Amino acid sequence: MGFACVYIPDFLVQAVVRGQRALGDGALALLGGAPPLWSVAAANPAAFAAGIQLGMTKAQVTQFSNVQICMRSEAQEKSAHAALLDAAWSVSPRVEDIALDTLVLDLEGLSGLFGSDENIAQELARRIAAIGLAARVAVAANIEVAIHAARGFPGITIIPAGEERRRLGALPVGVLTTEAETLEILERWGVETLQALAALPVLQLSERLGQEGVRLSELARGVRQRSLVLAQASLSFAEEMELDDAVEELEPLSFLLGRLLDQLCARLEARALALRALRIQFELQPSFEKDFQTLQEDLRTKPEVKHFEKLLTLPVPMRNAKTLLKLLRLQLQGDPPPAPIQKIYMTADAAAPRVAQNGLFVPSGPDPEKLEVTIARLAKLVGEGNLGCAELLDSHRPESFRMKRFAVANEQSKQSSNKELKTKERSEPRASVTVLRVVRPAQAVRVEMRDGQPVKVYLRGMRGEVIAASGPWRSTGDWWQEDAWHQDEWDLEIEFAASSVVAAQHAAPVLPQQKHDQSQPNRQSGTGPQRGLYRIYYDTLRQEWFLRGVYD
Amino acid sequence: MAASSLATLRSKIEADLRGRVASPFAYRDRNAFELVSTGIPEMDALVGGLPRGAMTEICGAPSSGRTSLLLSALASRTAEGEVCALVDARDSFDPLTANAAGIVLEKLLWVRCQNIDQALRAMDLLIQAGGFGMVAVDLSDVPTKTARQVPLNAWFRFRRAIEDTPTILLLLEQEPHAKTCASLVLRLEAGEAKWAETSPRVAPALVRFFSELPGYPFANLLRGFAVRGDVLRSRIQMPQPRVINIRDGTQPRVAVPQNVEHGIFESQTIWRSR
Repeated sequence: MGFACVYIPDFLVQAVVRGQRALGDGALALLGGAPPLWSVAAANPAAFAAGIQLGMTKAQVTQFSNVQICMRSEAQEKSAHAALLDAAWSVSPRVEDIALDTLVLDLEGLSGLFGSDENIAQELARRIAAIGLAARVAVAANIEVAIHAARGFPGITIIPAGEERRRLGALPVGVLTTEAETLEILERWGVETLQALAALPVLQLSERLGQEGVRLSELARGVRQRSLVLAQASLSFAEEMELDDAVEELEPLSFLLGRLLDQLCARLEARALALRALRIQFELQPSFEKDFQTLQEDLRTKPEVKHFEKLLTLPVPMRNAKTLLKLLRLQLQGDPPPAPIQKIYMTADAAAPRVAQNGLFVPSGPDPEKLEVTIARLAKLVGEGNLGCAELLDSHRPESFRMKRFAVANEQSKQSSNKELKTKERSEPRASVTVLRVVRPAQAVRVEMRDGQPVKVYLRGMRGEVIAASGPWRSTGDWWQEDAWHQDEWDLEIEFAASSVVAAQHAAPVLPQQKHDQSQPNRQSGTGPQRGLYRIYYDTLRQEWFLRGVYD
Repeated sequence: MAASSLATLRSKIEADLRGRVASPFAYRDRNAFELVSTGIPEMDALVGGLPRGAMTEICGAPSSGRTSLLLSALASRTAEGEVCALVDARDSFDPLTANAAGIVLEKLLWVRCQNIDQALRAMDLLIQAGGFGMVAVDLSDVPTKTARQVPLNAWFRFRRAIEDTPTILLLLEQEPHAKTCASLVLRLEAGEAKWAETSPRVAPALVRFFSELPGYPFANLLRGFAVRGDVLRSRIQMPQPRVINIRDGTQPRVAVPQNVEHGIFESQTIWRSR
């Protein structure tokens, strides 16, 4: 069989309900048009049954107590249509976009994946239901037959080849896409069904209605052929929501964001893609103070709409809506929008989903999604710049490193780096390295020199005798810049007298931020002098001595 | 009758805990740990290695070699491809020496905290995240008085959280605080510092003369120091050799550390280790 047509009845209503699930039950009428002349643009069958008619004014609709009223949303219609396209592309790569509510799919070669035409139609309906829309699906050998069958018959319809004319015959002529005048003429002739239209002689029909008559006759007989006009798949995904009342607090905002993320992730899943970056733009409510400005020029100008943006860049592609919502919430808690939000616009950059299969002999690392949430929580705790992995810079400047975003390496690089490391380890056996614990920021110290060597060091009120010294090791650079450095470093073994330590009320003479601890009897200081290995430096530019760190 | 009701009760409990606890009535030896290398053979010989799924405390005074041992352990884990995390309570980690110690910096998540409160919260988050080969928490610059104020139930909670995971929780402190929650407690002490033999102090006149020249040929050079490690507490059961000779059925001599009183190793400065 050739083609399947997907038709969404009451598309305008379904698009709004898709964004606001609570509206799904009961009668619903959508208002459209320019304010204040709002009129009913669409309604669901329950609303029509209650007495609602298209074109009714808002005042008339409000008389119906059991009918909910909602504004038509072009943004949600656009989102729903994009989602419908994504669902169709998840079944067939060849899709024609006919209207907001109608798509046609080429089913050639899909039987190997899904089986019979009925199975394909059922799968299609299921996937469309997953994005929050109820669809009618019709399968036929002819594009136009499939379109008319989908518009005319509820549920799933399969029209075998050769039975097109018979099956379409029962449909009213209203399913044909033609001008209203032509339909009026047909009505005046008493032609109500496609069967009646198909029975009319083509020659006479063409004499009266021209080429349009021939086309309509072919459509009614199910013999009109045409080729599919393919729609181009896009890699950008957008969801939009306009709010009736501005949202100020994070809790209700998270609820709305969660709904948008669910829709976005469902669309990505339909296309077998994942999310690499998420950009959210909030349209903020105009400032409150503007309302009180009574100057004429201010009244004439429309208040300027402000926007607030958030960008979520992910180290690995993911499409777990819950994880994404957690990350967004953490970002918004750290930097909340400055005003209530009246519109949310969400766009996603798609990428191929990550490979989840780990190597058999590769140690398993943290789950990337969980790790990302943990990193976001840690960033909230310690600050964005105080977290990540250190990257050494190609410079001799002390403390020349920068913080890089931490991400678990992908499988290939993991394996290659393992291989490199193991070869390196085999070739160069490492000894235990004396590590420098850095004092940040460097602490000023007083140093007494004799014969060009430091002999005494005064650190936070403690006096230490230098037992051995190594230096000066000079380093200098960037003299052409403002942040030049010129330092003479010394490695010192210092012995702090026990009396000095006690006098200074220090448990350990190491770090400047350390608080005094009188209660702790230091193992060394309690019994005798305390020794330590330190690195100090003389900053030639500032003409001062500093403690860089302690060897440990 | 009593036996059947006991069996019914047992099966009911097992059914209730299904999916959460694998086998609630099975005996689990909590002292049987998977051990991994510390990166220093002498310390491995002393303690057998660092236990996974347990808390290890390394304590000592400043300049006692604690950080050298920590970085060796991190280097050993990252070299195996494991992802590790370092919670640095007072922001004293030096990436340059860490790189020289062999740590793969891309595999080390460095959390730079400002106080012990942040450090403990960060440790909690990292343990909850799971998947890390080692979570190291450097509290050695935190005043002992402050570290002692951490309630014991917090350490119990950390021990419980780390249990049955492949993560090593390593704490670096001035003195042990986790009490019985730690499965292994090591205390390190520094020995004599090692300096290059050409001491400038023996020839101050020469130093004065040569200090005018670039290079300072008589400058002294720090080469490292010896470190002595002692086990204060260990719950680790030393592994027994499981290899048996096929010919005579005897166990071969395998280098399993036993009855070692203390481990002594030399910590070398990066210009010497290169």
